Amino acid sequence: MKRDLRDIAIENSDEIIQEWLKEINLLKSVNYTEEISTELYDSNNHEFVNVIIQSIRGNGSTKVIKDFSDRIIQLGWPLSYIIDGLLVFRKVSVNTILAKLEDVDGDIATEIISNVDSWVEPIIRQLVNEYSVSWEQVVSLQRIALQELSAPLIPVMDNITIMPLIGTIDTERAKFIMENLLEGVMRHNAEVVLIDITGVPVVDTMVAHHLFQATEAVRLLGAKCILVGIRPEIAQTIVNLGINFSNLPTKSTLKKGFMLALEITNKSIIETDNKSESIEDLLGIDKGVNEGLENTNPKTT
Amino acid sequence: MNSQSCVSIQKEWDIVAARQMGREIAKQLGFGTVDQARITTAISELARNIYLYAGEGQICFEIVETLEQKGMTIVATDSGPGIEDLSLVMQDGYTTSGGLGAGLPGVRRLMDDFDMESEVGHGTRIVTTKWVR
Repeated sequence: MKRDLRDIAIENSDEIIQEWLKEINLLKSVNYTEEISTELYDSNNHEFVNVIIQSIRGNGSTKVIKDFSDRIIQLGWPLSYIIDGLLVFRKVSVNTILAKLEDVDGDIATEIISNVDSWVEPIIRQLVNEYSVSWEQVVSLQRIALQELSAPLIPVMDNITIMPLIGTIDTERAKFIMENLLEGVMRHNAEVVLIDITGVPVVDTMVAHHLFQATEAVRLLGAKCILVGIRPEIAQTIVNLGINFSNLPTKSTLKKGFMLALEITNKSIIETDNKSESIEDLLGIDKGVNEGLENTNPKTT
Repeated sequence: MNSQSCVSIQKEWDIVAARQMGREIAKQLGFGTVDQARITTAISELARNIYLYAGEGQICFEIVETLEQKGMTIVATDSGPGIEDLSLVMQDGYTTSGGLGAGLPGVRRLMDDFDMESEVGHGTRIVTTKWVR
C-alpha cells in the first residue's frame, strides 16, 4: 500500500509541482524580502521542489538534500522559506493523492497523511539541522573573534603599555582584562599601564568595580594604572552614580595619559632639530655603518 | 502612556539588549548625549540587579507624555527574593555581592523620579522616569 501511494505521488509529480509553485508564489509577497528577484525566486523554487521529489523518489536519500542545503545556506535563504515550502508541499501532495484515489474513506486519508509526513519529515529535520549547525558555527567563530579582540595589550615604550578597550564589558571579558593586564605587566616589565575606555559605551558600577579590581591587582605588582579616554557624558554618569575614582589617576585622552606616563617613568619627548636636513642626510649618518641599506632600497642615494 | 516595549532578562547579554533598546528610545525622544548615557547606565544597573539577584525578570520602557513635558519610564520587574530593608539598599556602599554598592542609589540620582516596591519572597518592582529637558 505504501508503495502505491509513493507511486501515485511520483506519477503525479508534475501536477504536484505546478500546484506547489502556485502556492509558494503567493507566499512570496507576504513572507520574504522584496529584494529577491522574481527570476531568482522562480529558479530556486524549481530547484527546491525537484530536490523534494528526488528525495522521495530516492526513498529518503540525503545526498541531494545536503548539496541543496549547502547551497541555499551559502546564499542566505531564510529558514522560514524552507519550512513554508515543505509544509505547502505536504498539503499539496496530500490533496493530489486524495484526488487521484477513487474511493476515499477515513482510513485511507489518515494513511495518506502519515505517509506523506514520513517523506517530508526527514527532509525538514535534515534541513533544520543543517541550518542550525551553520548558525552555531558562525556564533562560535564570532565568539573566538571577539575573544581575540577582547583585551589586547600593546607595549609602546620601555615600561609603558596600553590596553585599549572597545565594546561592552561583561563578567567574562572583565576576567580576560584582569588576566591579560597582569600577565602583560610581568611580560613587558611595565611600570605604567594606560587603560583606554574611549570605546566602552557604558561605565556602570560593575565595569567600575572590575576596573578597580584590575588596577588594584596591577598596583600590587608594583606598576601603576592610568585610566584614559573618559568622555564627558561618562564622567557625569560616574559622578551621578557616586563612584569614587580618586584612587585611580584619570585623564580625558590617551595623549594626556601618555604624557603623564612619560613623566612617571622619567622620560620626555624631545623634538630634534632636523628641519634643515633632508631625509637622505639623516640616512647618510648610517651609510658607512649600514651598507645593506642601499641594496634593499636602491632609490636612496 | 502610549507605547511599551520590554526586554526579558535571563542571560548577561540580555543586559546589553535592554541597554541598546533603551538608548534607542531615549535617542528618539530627543534626550541629549549625557542624558542618554545616564538612562543607559540606569538600565544597566537595574538589569544587572535582576540578573544578579533575581535570576530573571523584565525591563520595560514606556514613553510618558503630559501637557508640559515628555519622558521615558523604565520599569524593572522580577519575582526574585525581594528586598527586606528598602532604606538599606538605597544607602551608598551597601552591597551583598561584593560590588560597589552604588547601583540603586546611583539609579535614583541618574533619573528624575524613582519608586520601588518589594515584597520578600515575591519580587521587586522599580519604576523610574527621566524627563526630557
